[in-house]
Amino acid sequence: MSAGVGVRKSWSPSQIILTVVGAAVSAVMTAPLVWTLFTSFKSEAEAVAVPVRWLPKDWTAQAWKNIFETGNITNWFVNSLVVSICVTFVVVLVSALAGYGFARTEFRGKNALLGLVMAGLMISPAVLGVPLFTTVQSMGMIDTYWGMILPQCAPAAMVYILYKFFQGIPREVEEAAFIDGAGRWRIFFTIVLPLSRPSLSAVGIFTFIASWNNFLWPYMATNNPDLMTMPNGIATVMNSYGIQWAQLMAGGLMAGLPLIIVFVFFQRQIVAGVAHTGLAGQ
Amino acid sequence: MTTLDTTAVPGAVRSVAAVAEDGNRARLGRMLQHGGWFVAPFLLLYALFVLVPILRGLWLSLTDANITGEGASFVGLDNYREALGDPLMWESLGHSAYFTLLVVPCIVVAAFLLAMLAHHIEHAKWLWRLCFFAPFLLPSAVVGNMWRWMFNPDTGLIDHIFGLESAWLTQKSTAMTAVVIATLWWTVGFSFLLYLAALQNIPPHLYEAAALDGANAWHRMIRITLPMLRNITGLVVALQILASLQVFDQVVVMYEFGPGPEQSTRTLVQYTLEQGFTSYRVGYASAISILFFLIIAIVALGRMWLLRKREEGTR
Repeated sequence: MSAGVGVRKSWSPSQIILTVVGAAVSAVMTAPLVWTLFTSFKSEAEAVAVPVRWLPKDWTAQAWKNIFETGNITNWFVNSLVVSICVTFVVVLVSALAGYGFARTEFRGKNALLGLVMAGLMISPAVLGVPLFTTVQSMGMIDTYWGMILPQCAPAAMVYILYKFFQGIPREVEEAAFIDGAGRWRIFFTIVLPLSRPSLSAVGIFTFIASWNNFLWPYMATNNPDLMTMPNGIATVMNSYGIQWAQLMAGGLMAGLPLIIVFVFFQRQIVAGVAHTGLAGQ
Repeated sequence: MTTLDTTAVPGAVRSVAAVAEDGNRARLGRMLQHGGWFVAPFLLLYALFVLVPILRGLWLSLTDANITGEGASFVGLDNYREALGDPLMWESLGHSAYFTLLVVPCIVVAAFLLAMLAHHIEHAKWLWRLCFFAPFLLPSAVVGNMWRWMFNPDTGLIDHIFGLESAWLTQKSTAMTAVVIATLWWTVGFSFLLYLAALQNIPPHLYEAAALDGANAWHRMIRITLPMLRNITGLVVALQILASLQVFDQVVVMYEFGPGPEQSTRTLVQYTLEQGFTSYRVGYASAISILFFLIIAIVALGRMWLLRKREEGTR
């Protein structure tokens, strides 16, 4: 309503109430993050001191210094970056090609294959973890980057989203390019892909978030602390030798803050990306 | 002859152009045949990491394979028989179902309310979106650790704020509730965005017409907003049921990869992985995986069936 009728922004009584409620809810939603941040700037002793205090009495970056000096958290961070960037690149490329292939080209057995891909929407590492592990194991890819990356690169959902999108592009665009003498690969890479930027970035954003945060598959695929991603290192190694809460919180922020900072700057694109990929389930 | 020619030419040109266009279309169509190359890279990955594991899982479930995969022998349906009579399997399935039952309604209601709020506040719209959605961007492992810290009996924020002295994570009665609270906080942002997008897609003229008819805010909500959100609610409920049945990450992090107080938080995914990787019973774990897949498939197909029925109903 507020957007539709085109009224100027006002401070009517109802707006004041709504804004106060909004601020209260926002405070609740951000409280755990703020609390985590403050904990990471306490000393280990103060973190577990009773009574509980919101703010650190003595601000110290000791926990942050410790996680960099003693653990292999920088390794995990780099591993997370490598894995998520590779997964995102492969997923966007491969599912764009497949989406276009299913939407626009003809080949034998297309409909049967499309049905098979749709059935894959129901499969996840949570459901098929053990057989997936033994499959990857038999390929000799456990405890390797490939073993962490490739099994995340076959998301039927992303193919489906791009398939739907390519079906909606008018054929005339490709026909015009074809008359100008462009081949099918050139049409795809120079005409179709640039037209699909919004959908491709939606798929890319969603894939990157999912891969950066993925816990279950990297957890199964590697036991080597040098190969772990951020979520795995934090959940397994950092928890294994006596809990140091301030360090645990600092590590958690290091894993979580990059995406949140990116979100602050690219809010519009990320919101559109998540809503777009989510809504495609309709 | 000349007159004939001049009248004939325009038509001839047109037909030549039409023929050329048909030819182009046909050639384009021919060129787009054998499009198998476009789908080949995906199909290869899909075959290796989805189809092969399914087939392998089906085969393994009929054997007594261990983690090394050597010396497995065929045991028929023994694994399935054992699984269906395994009290721990049923208990774990029960925990996953209980979690789903608790968390899905909470997420749906909270996401709807947050979206209504963010949609109707006129000031600083970006700020509400940021605050409501930000937790969704955190890794599950981080969420698990944060909430383990939040629920810590002496030094946690929850007990401090509410003046409680309860050990949330060590009592059977509150163990799953704590996971539900953490999960609600973490994932509500996703459904919130879907609801927000749906609210923004409701044509404003519906509300304008209703306002002219003198409908008050409550009537507009009941008669316009809620019916217009029916589809999105169906989607959110379905996505959340499927995701919640597969819950694993945040639970094991909150309970340090253990079964929780009095074994009250062991989920089905966790039990399957324990059977496979701790007890090395890959065959048995595969059988549970296949049963689990059937449950997921039934939920997914059930939703499709409901959608189709509703479509027929509206026709």
